[in-house]
Amino acid sequence: MSTFWSIWITVITLGTIFACLGLLWVCNKNDTGVKEGESMGHSFDGIEELNNPLPTWWKYLFIFTCIGGFIYFALYPGLGSYKGLLGWTSTNEYEREIESADAKYAAVFNKLVKTESSDFAEYREIADIAKDPEAVKVGQRLFLQNCSQCHGSDARGAKGFPNLTDGDWLYGGNPADIKATIMHGRAGVMPGWLPVLGDEKVDQVTTYVVGLSGRKVNAREEAAGKEVFLQTCSACHGADAKGMTMLGAPNLTDKTWLYGGSRKAIEQTVKYGRNGVMPAWSHILGEDKVMLLSSYVYSLSVK
Amino acid sequence: MSSHSPIKTDYNYKVVRQFTVMTVIWGIVGMSVGVLIAAQLIWPALNFDTPWLTYSRLRPLHTNAVIFAFGTSALMATSFYVVQRTCQARLFGGVLPAVVFWGWQLVILSAVISLPLGYNTTKEYAELEWPIDILITLVWVVYAVVFFGTIIKRQTSHIYVANWFFGAFILTVAVLHIVNSAAIPLNMMKSYSIYGGAIDAMVQWWYGHNAVGFLLTAGFLGMMYYFVPKQANRPVYSYRLSIVHFWALVSLYIWAGPHHLHYTALPDWTQSVGMVMSLILFAPSWGGMINGIMTLSGAWHKLRYDPILRFLIVSLSFYGMSTFEGPMMAIKSVNALSHYTDWTIGHVHSGALGWVAMVSIGAIYHLIPVLFNQGRMYSVKLINVHFWLATVGTVLYIVAMWISGVMQGLMWRAVNADGTLTYSFVESLQASYPFYFVRFIGGVFFLTGMLLMAYNVFKTISAEDHSIKADAEVA
Repeated sequence: MSTFWSIWITVITLGTIFACLGLLWVCNKNDTGVKEGESMGHSFDGIEELNNPLPTWWKYLFIFTCIGGFIYFALYPGLGSYKGLLGWTSTNEYEREIESADAKYAAVFNKLVKTESSDFAEYREIADIAKDPEAVKVGQRLFLQNCSQCHGSDARGAKGFPNLTDGDWLYGGNPADIKATIMHGRAGVMPGWLPVLGDEKVDQVTTYVVGLSGRKVNAREEAAGKEVFLQTCSACHGADAKGMTMLGAPNLTDKTWLYGGSRKAIEQTVKYGRNGVMPAWSHILGEDKVMLLSSYVYSLSVK
Repeated sequence: MSSHSPIKTDYNYKVVRQFTVMTVIWGIVGMSVGVLIAAQLIWPALNFDTPWLTYSRLRPLHTNAVIFAFGTSALMATSFYVVQRTCQARLFGGVLPAVVFWGWQLVILSAVISLPLGYNTTKEYAELEWPIDILITLVWVVYAVVFFGTIIKRQTSHIYVANWFFGAFILTVAVLHIVNSAAIPLNMMKSYSIYGGAIDAMVQWWYGHNAVGFLLTAGFLGMMYYFVPKQANRPVYSYRLSIVHFWALVSLYIWAGPHHLHYTALPDWTQSVGMVMSLILFAPSWGGMINGIMTLSGAWHKLRYDPILRFLIVSLSFYGMSTFEGPMMAIKSVNALSHYTDWTIGHVHSGALGWVAMVSIGAIYHLIPVLFNQGRMYSVKLINVHFWLATVGTVLYIVAMWISGVMQGLMWRAVNADGTLTYSFVESLQASYPFYFVRFIGGVFFLTGMLLMAYNVFKTISAEDHSIKADAEVA
């Protein structure tokens, strides 16, 4: 903030409060020429006004809040770029709270996710942690707090957000894959093919994909669609259409559909593509909590 | 004290009559939408899977209808009435008052159509798109011309305190509306604010809080300053108190906006200034309540038989309660608990139902017989029933929201021994259901009272002139 604005803010802020006090002082004296308690002598549509004094308790309430204001402005930032005697900022309050929380809870998390024998320097295996009911409970709480907004409180997902309980994995379901997904996030990109393929080929390849999961379709269109699939889609989904976890390309031969498995939904996906984003959590939660979350998610599909 | 003016002036009552009747009608419309969306929070199926019946589109319709259709019509009716009677001058500008009435109804109609269609600037209480914003500006300028024109041609030496408040409300709302609505149009029904980021948020809540401060507080204090002394037939308690609290109120309110943005990207110094000014605002806010309630000294017995006066005095009590609650909620550590919870909704409605609606209802019951040449309202008994429905409805509403709000705040901050949150958001929502139900019932009470009022108003208006005689003055 420039010096000018700092002075400007200080002057108008304090000026307003002092003006209020000045007004109070002026009106507290009876300069009206009318005796206290009597009518001011003017009448508006029959309404007169009495010249009663300001209630004493009200006056002191007003003065008290003004003094409180001055004290607050001395202690805290408020008057332009003046920092306040306490040196408080919202940023350092946040940092202090995080620091104290970390100090308080580090031991709790250490015990849950690290091995005692190594003096808590090494992480336990996620599969091991997943067997510890206490750790899974903490993991579930973290899940409800951070993940349920998209994946649902029961982790069964929603349209566009994968079900985490069905054992079907876009990016792999072993502990290391799950942890990597949570730590660093994922970006699943299915391009839109309408401009490249045109309506006819989109129709054909849609028919083929519909047929992949066992539904009856027009055989001639399916054959034409297979051609298109092999040329265009197999690069990611594989020639057998069973998908590729490295790219997060889904298996199209099962009955799990992230964006819906109706012909209409599949056609929409082929035409305009899809963008799935799983955010990265490493910098928000830290590795300890990600370990707990991974264990919880892992425990959901491994019974 | 004589209640008739010594000089017989040919007042323009037509526009006052129009606005008064529309206040009742828009009140019922706005509150019905409110009751519907309160019900949707309990039974989501009540949106019937119809886009324009969804909560997201009806909520802004509810707020716009009650603030700008019901509340502002009440203010326009009473300000046009009060400015004429206390200045002893006919409304300035010939056809201009009619322009204000029809222009304002057009604004409301545009809102009633465009909001359910989904046109929304996303600025709270300023949701209407830019062509409607321009119309609002034009109508408002005409309103200001009529009001201040009448003040200028007044026959009285001084300007009565009610008109200070009406004047401050009219001027400030004009400035707030123009500054906050500044936007770059993309097409006829879409625009983008010219501000960005934290500045946009600050401008929005500078507007938002002063819509509360100048429209819902200053404007209605203007109403209070005429109808309370008039209905009680008592002089205003303290002239000097009205000076201090008027100037302190208008100069402090304008600072209070940042308390809507505590713990956000708004700079620390701005949050501090907003909080301190909100706290200092406490005493000046109460100045109005003291002046109103103390005006009754020597006339307290009238509360026993005059339900109109009851409406006015209870409205002042709710005013006092919510202007105490407001500064408390502006304290950052209290706000950390209350923000984003139903407590805020409760606070708003203790002001909106308890203060704004009740003082307007009282004023309208006072006005209707005067405007339509009757001695009193068709049924005083129904006014009394309305009074109790409104009071009980308001109390049910705000108590339910207080409890659910504090509960939500506590649930959101509860942590386990491992530092994780004890409750997920959905759990706090589930716990709120019973309170949503009580709130809905409170709303139904309040709306029922409004329907009784409409009936009572209809019977009074449709009766032959002077056929309803005033009861003999008991005092």
